[in-house]
Amino acid sequence: MENTDNFTLACPIPIAQYPQILLAHGGGGKLMHQLIDKMLAPTFGTTDIQHDAATFELPRGRVAFTTDSYVVRPLFFPGGDIGSIAVCGTVNDLAMAGARPLYLSAGFILEEGLAIESLWRVVQSMQATAQKAGVRIITGDTKVVDRGKGDGIFINTAGVGIIEHDLSISPKAVQPSDVLLLNGDIGRHGIAIMALREGLAFTHTIDSDVAPVADLVGQLLAAGIEIHCLRDLTRGGLATTLNEIAAASRKDIQIDESLIPVEEQVQGACEILGLDPLYVACEGRFVAFVPPQDADRALAIMQQHPLGVGACQIGSVTAETTGLVSLRSKIGVARIIDMLTGEQLPRIC
Amino acid sequence: MKFVDEYRDGKIAQEYAQAIKAIVTQPWTIMEICGGQTHSIVKYGIDELLPPEINLIHGPGCPVCVTPVEIIDEAIFLAQLPDVIFCSFGDMLRVPGTETDLLSVKASGGDVRIVYSPLDALTIAQANPTKQVVFFGVGFETTAPATAMAVYQANAQGIDNFSLLISHVLVPPAMEALLSSPNSRVQGFLAAGHVCTVMGYTEYEPIAAKYQVPIVVTGFEPVDILQGLYMCIQQLEHQQVAVENQYSRSVRYQGNKQAQDLITEIFEVVPRRWRGIGSIPESGLGIREKYAQFDAGRRWAKDWAKAQLQTDDGESDCISGLILQGIKKPHDCPAFGTSCTPERPLGAPMVSSEGACAAYYRYRMRSLVPSP
Repeated sequence: MENTDNFTLACPIPIAQYPQILLAHGGGGKLMHQLIDKMLAPTFGTTDIQHDAATFELPRGRVAFTTDSYVVRPLFFPGGDIGSIAVCGTVNDLAMAGARPLYLSAGFILEEGLAIESLWRVVQSMQATAQKAGVRIITGDTKVVDRGKGDGIFINTAGVGIIEHDLSISPKAVQPSDVLLLNGDIGRHGIAIMALREGLAFTHTIDSDVAPVADLVGQLLAAGIEIHCLRDLTRGGLATTLNEIAAASRKDIQIDESLIPVEEQVQGACEILGLDPLYVACEGRFVAFVPPQDADRALAIMQQHPLGVGACQIGSVTAETTGLVSLRSKIGVARIIDMLTGEQLPRIC
Repeated sequence: MKFVDEYRDGKIAQEYAQAIKAIVTQPWTIMEICGGQTHSIVKYGIDELLPPEINLIHGPGCPVCVTPVEIIDEAIFLAQLPDVIFCSFGDMLRVPGTETDLLSVKASGGDVRIVYSPLDALTIAQANPTKQVVFFGVGFETTAPATAMAVYQANAQGIDNFSLLISHVLVPPAMEALLSSPNSRVQGFLAAGHVCTVMGYTEYEPIAAKYQVPIVVTGFEPVDILQGLYMCIQQLEHQQVAVENQYSRSVRYQGNKQAQDLITEIFEVVPRRWRGIGSIPESGLGIREKYAQFDAGRRWAKDWAKAQLQTDDGESDCISGLILQGIKKPHDCPAFGTSCTPERPLGAPMVSSEGACAAYYRYRMRSLVPSP
């Protein structure tokens, strides 16, 4: 992910004029129109902004539609910001349904007093991420809440994508002997945020793994890999994701702890903070369930892609139908891994 | 990662398990003191590598679990005061008091904050001079130096809006209490490595001699625990009684003198009630008179005396007392996983990540009782 600190484009709304968001920026008057006309619409390349709704044609195929809200704190962190997450999260949700993401909406809830410069950085980051992901932000909304009633910026994005294949990608399609592929090391997003919040310093900064994975998924589909299920490892991390799939598919999943890549600094931070990397959120990682005959080919495709360099096989689906996930620990003993009680890391995305 | 990977090495762990099998000739019951060790044992399945003769029982070494309910109630009372910012380690927030818990106080508008260090609470006090900042000081000898440092710093810097609700406890008196109980089945101990990093292990020699139990100061990783068990079993098999140090990469015989001096400067030894076990003489730390202004218990003593609830400890189906003494295993409890879960805990061992019930629930529940 590009570092948004390096943007050199000047904010189109002169800071000397209104350095901070005022309630009037959401009030429907001149200030709101200035924000939309000068910052949001030109950055997102949105034309025809006088309509209440965006209109567009869709290619033939089934349509995927999803929405998500983003409340990450802090707004900016190593490797990304709330803007890149707001685009990647929704793009990745579409990709996990096997869809090619096309269009997004962006709804902003801004807190009075937010520096316009911060909003500018977030908006630019959203557009840069959207371009990378091959999607367009075509409609949106802006509201402002009183100071103290928000936390800078909250963003909602909804997304539409098109399904251009005949596979039915869902937990229900998971089959015994399916192989689990993971596209890289886990836990970097959650730890990047926690390290910042807790003031932990490392030799090298831990960057969030936030990234749009739709292109990588598209390549697997284009190569004819018979994908049974896809899921991104967001809140609750790998352990929670696998539990959700095991429960929904009524299939047992077996993974091997020693096969799951965790970067050394992430492992170290987890030791200090008392976290288990299996439960730490990622924003650019996913698991793919594929039949064994396709596993090697799928893995090779993933490893060729910049977002799958560290891809690996971490386990498989067994013939049991109790819906349990078991982990072979590093000392060779199997145990059940369950969902966590409560939230391990609040406001991570 | 260095100092972690080699102690989680599957091959070395299996070798120690084999070595233990090779020397065991009869059943032995060994207690690991520390909740961190319990967590490792259950998480990695260390007990499943052991021969059936070895029975591990889980000790009272979870500070969250042994904090008495009246102190939880007092914490809840303080957290509800309008001008108080109440700072605590995260684990304490879900521990049920008589009527509510700190997490519910937070949800109802109380300013309750999770901190990783008492010094963070001191920083909050400096940043909020018009508020009273109270830190909930719990833990064994391991966390006591950091708590003592916060008092020391607050005193040195003249920060008068900072105080501590103290429920620090000490390991050796609890071991003595367990050993002198007629129900005691413990034949050997794994002592808590991090407690001994601070205190050294001279205190354990008289206990080992008096009760004729081997004690091995042990670390927290799978290989540490297996090696500690091997050393303990070897002593038991050879009828030896000694205090040995498995965790030598961290623990020195005399411990950390500076940390001990700081504890002694700030704290004095006091009697303390342990949840589920009862009152144990000389088993806790309290703030000395000299630093009384930093003692939240003294600061709000009158208000608390007026408000104090009729505490209700150990009612219901919870058998945490028996679990903390190692007499029962978590799944022996009729409430385990039914009326008592981490979402709705009846007792503290189901709350803390170091609590035996929570560890069994997290790592074993679904294999003990598969979902329908």
